[in-house]
Amino acid sequence: MILDELEAIRKDAEESFEKAGSTENVEELRIKYLGKKGALTKILRSMGKLSPEERKNVGQRANEIRNGIEKFIDEKTTELKKHQAAMKFRAEALDVTAPGRIPKLGAEHPVTKTIDEMTRIFMNMGFSLTEGPEVETVFMNFDALNAGPNHPSRDMTDTFYITDKTLLRTQTSPVQARTLLTKKPPLKIISPGRVYRCDTPDATHSPVFHQVEGLAVGEGITMADLKGTLSEFARQMFGPDTKTKFRPHHFPFTEPSAEVDVSCFKCGGEGCRVCKGSGWIEILGCGMVHPNVLKVGGIDTEKYTGFAFGIGVERIAMLKYEIDDIRLFYENDERFLKQFR
Amino acid sequence: MLVSVNWLKDYVDIDVPVSEFCDRMILSGSNIETVEKTGDSFSKIQVGKIVRITPHPNADKLVVCQLDVGEEELLQIVTGAPNVFEGATVPVIRNGGLLPDGTKIKKSKLRGETSNGMLCSAAEMGYDDKVISLDIRDGIWILDDDLTPGMDIKEALGLEDSVVDFEITPNRPDCLSMIGMAREAAAVFGHTLKYPETSAENEEGDVRDYVSVEIRKPDLCPRYTARVIKDVKVGPSPWWMQKRLMHGGMRPVNNIVDITNFVMMEYGQPLHAFDISSVAGGKIIIDTANDGEHFTTLDGTERELDSSMLMIHDAGKSIAVAGVMGGLNSEITPDTSTVILESANFNGDSVRLTSKKLGLRTEASGRYEKGIDANLCSEAADRVCRLIEQLGCGTVVGGIVDEYPEVSEPKPLDVRVSRINHILGTDLSGEEMTRIFTSLEMEAVQNEDVIRVIPPTVRQDLLIEEDYAEEVARMYGYDRLPETLAAGGAAAAMTTEETIRQQARAILNAYGLDEILTYSFVSPTSIEKVNVSENDLMHRNFVKIINPLGEENSVMRTMLIPNMMDVLSKNYAQGNKKVGMFEIGRIFNDSHINCDGQPAEAEDLCIAFYGGKGDFYTLKGYVQGLLDKLGIPDVEYRPEKGLATYHPGRCANIIANGELIGTMGEIRPDVSERYGIDEDVYLCELLFTAIMRQTDTEFVYKPLPKYPAVTRDIAVLVDEEVTIAEMERIITEKGGSILESVSLFDVYRGKQIEEGKKSVAFALVYRDPDRTLKDEEVTQQQENVIAGLEKECGAELRKM
Repeated sequence: MILDELEAIRKDAEESFEKAGSTENVEELRIKYLGKKGALTKILRSMGKLSPEERKNVGQRANEIRNGIEKFIDEKTTELKKHQAAMKFRAEALDVTAPGRIPKLGAEHPVTKTIDEMTRIFMNMGFSLTEGPEVETVFMNFDALNAGPNHPSRDMTDTFYITDKTLLRTQTSPVQARTLLTKKPPLKIISPGRVYRCDTPDATHSPVFHQVEGLAVGEGITMADLKGTLSEFARQMFGPDTKTKFRPHHFPFTEPSAEVDVSCFKCGGEGCRVCKGSGWIEILGCGMVHPNVLKVGGIDTEKYTGFAFGIGVERIAMLKYEIDDIRLFYENDERFLKQFR
Repeated sequence: MLVSVNWLKDYVDIDVPVSEFCDRMILSGSNIETVEKTGDSFSKIQVGKIVRITPHPNADKLVVCQLDVGEEELLQIVTGAPNVFEGATVPVIRNGGLLPDGTKIKKSKLRGETSNGMLCSAAEMGYDDKVISLDIRDGIWILDDDLTPGMDIKEALGLEDSVVDFEITPNRPDCLSMIGMAREAAAVFGHTLKYPETSAENEEGDVRDYVSVEIRKPDLCPRYTARVIKDVKVGPSPWWMQKRLMHGGMRPVNNIVDITNFVMMEYGQPLHAFDISSVAGGKIIIDTANDGEHFTTLDGTERELDSSMLMIHDAGKSIAVAGVMGGLNSEITPDTSTVILESANFNGDSVRLTSKKLGLRTEASGRYEKGIDANLCSEAADRVCRLIEQLGCGTVVGGIVDEYPEVSEPKPLDVRVSRINHILGTDLSGEEMTRIFTSLEMEAVQNEDVIRVIPPTVRQDLLIEEDYAEEVARMYGYDRLPETLAAGGAAAAMTTEETIRQQARAILNAYGLDEILTYSFVSPTSIEKVNVSENDLMHRNFVKIINPLGEENSVMRTMLIPNMMDVLSKNYAQGNKKVGMFEIGRIFNDSHINCDGQPAEAEDLCIAFYGGKGDFYTLKGYVQGLLDKLGIPDVEYRPEKGLATYHPGRCANIIANGELIGTMGEIRPDVSERYGIDEDVYLCELLFTAIMRQTDTEFVYKPLPKYPAVTRDIAVLVDEEVTIAEMERIITEKGGSILESVSLFDVYRGKQIEEGKKSVAFALVYRDPDRTLKDEEVTQQQENVIAGLEKECGAELRKM
């Protein structure tokens, strides 16, 4: 009889757990069967009235049933949790193709960005950064750089003057002179900065623009070093396959002098709009420092030689980003700037 | 410098294709701007002879021409050109032909009459207006009569040529001549330079019977030569000469002028011809002008002279501005029979100044300015005489008057083979260098490491060993020099300033602000536009530019605000809605001038935004965050009501370590309005130089706390006037040593708060680094704080 009751509980429990639809139901059923007042507990409590033999049988069976119910609880709980999680995931599903929230970063100015990149390349080759004044002396800007008293670049049509002895520097080269006057070789410096020329702004001219100057002076510095340095710069700036062409040219402060073309990084030298069909793009002027310039710094020109170069930053940026109007750099339209993040 | 390759071949063999010629010239230092293939830009143009001209039946301004084009039938062409006549030989473009401007010629009817092609002007055939002879500039090109009708025009006129535009650097004025370029080409291609014939075969009489020369200013005129040509017959020069002038960029005028121009292009030596009948006494005197003297130049302009200008005079008057332009009073006319030919050397600086003062630049003045070898004078004069005889336009008078007080001698220099290799990084032999020097018409003799070089006097640029190193390098080939990296030197270093700048830029970019760059010069009125006070001398001591591009760019900026406002204004007008920007740039001030005359330069940082990017506290947060990152933590923000640029209730001066390092605030609405910005603009200008000086990014870490903190909030009611800074000061003072931090977390006005008051709430964190705090002692301090607030700023505690 008791065994029949037990069997009925087992059967009832099995069916009930089968039907349970939530973890709450499972808990209710646990209490119903295994709780302090639960069906199975009741039977176990009433076992005192039974004979020892019956007690053993009933006890054994009741334990088996309790284990069974506990198993039901475990299984059902696991199943329900799994199901609930699945439901939750379904409800919380997102459209991952919708746009993300991008933190708004500001943009670097393309001129600064280009200067930073050039600086990094030359610093990796051992050039230290130096800065100089923008209101320069006529001496530093011209005389010290071997530009004769009648050099056309001294004209008021080319150079902005502050007084008859001071001007807005027309090039970063006076930093060369200042460095030679204050430092002893060996030295390797670069100097990025603003320069000024009397040009009315148009698509290719700006009265304010930037240059990066370079200077290396030491024992045994040769034109081959100049070539190697600038070819390495070109490869790092424009890509490893970039070729350079050094053409003889003339500057008052260097001798021998050269202009440097790089193979067009757009078409690789085939000829295109960027290189105007030639396959080459002129990027800078350079040369071996003229002895007259070294002498300004009191440097022994027999012992020391050096090279120098000057690169127009806007020109490089315009070529690199295919910008066709230099005025864009100074108009600072957000829609332009935001492209250089 | 335009060089016709066909013409160049008169002086040097060029046996390579033009493209190779150009490449090798570029690599040897003669850079090329453009190469134009003449006669390549049109097709189907032939020689035609006008046989008959009849009036057009339906149009007064048109005529109908029948042309012999070497075919059985005559070709009918309708033209409106006024200069055609029967018997004229003209260029005819046939149906299907193409003109340089892209026009394709088709058979057409003009007012009912068939026209099978078109008669061409020189301009239509692609010649620039400035090189077309005035006779034919406004009509059809009238050609030489001896051309055979039907011939292709390129063949008939010998138009197939390449004109190379060389970029001549200022150190090489000798290359502004055909012979100069031929000298380069000869060296590059290993050929010999062939000089033109310069001696006339028949000369009559003696030049001394016609002309005498006196140089009164030998420093301004190192040499003056004169030759005389009589029985001059002025007329057009032959086509071969005209063509060379045209391809060289000069307009044919008449045989005498053309020959002098031709020789100028050959040798680079300007020449001038005077009509002897207008040279009083046959006397040529070279002297400066009188102050205030008036003189009419060949171009018909009357000019005022001064005593610095060198002139050519005759016995009584001025007849030319030396090296610049001749006078109208002595010009060659069709009636001229005897001419004096001037071939002289004038001081380049003197010509440059005169030309500048007169505002008159000519082919001749441009050449003198750059410097010409005085030894060329007589050779060029002889060459003119030779051509005059050759073209049959006059009889050469024997001899030359040559005033040449100080002859220009070649300047020898000893150069060291080892030194040149040392400069170039090469290992070239002395023989190789000697060969290069010789190829450039220098005398070169090697003696072990030393080569004694004597350059021709036309090469005025060769003064020091380095100059010869360049000659060796460019002839050997820059492309063949090795590539190495310079050894030695210290490790690369960044400047402290640039390190700080880069850090600042990165932080500001991270805030979402875009970097801008603006011109360093502004209008002096720009500061008025942002309400800078009249007493603000610091921003009014402008560094002024003597020769600015315009008033709006005439002074160096003393602050960045006006430029920033301009940029915001442009962006606002452009419809850019939420804009935040910053600029780091130099400012200039005239009140401190160093011993070299240079004004003080400092750097400022300007930050600004509009359009819902934030408010005053956003801006202040940017500044606080930046200064904190740069290691300037103790900064005071002092209310500033006196600056008209800013909202008087929303402006603060920023002070660090007792030094003013900037000002920030909301831009006064009348200023923003002036810039057309209909939004609140928040802006700060920081003295970045001062900030860089104070920047200290060195620090040591603080150990992490071992004992727990106790946080107590406090809310009090205070009068509006009581500042947060004041309350924080009191709290910090009264909180004692266990108060670790205090932070504002709420300011409330409105419901339940009395008018003129505000509720302010702080979170106070207490901690002792060495033990756990007891509740009572925290309560004790908290009461202390409250008492302080009540006593010192009339605060009233609110129940939390």
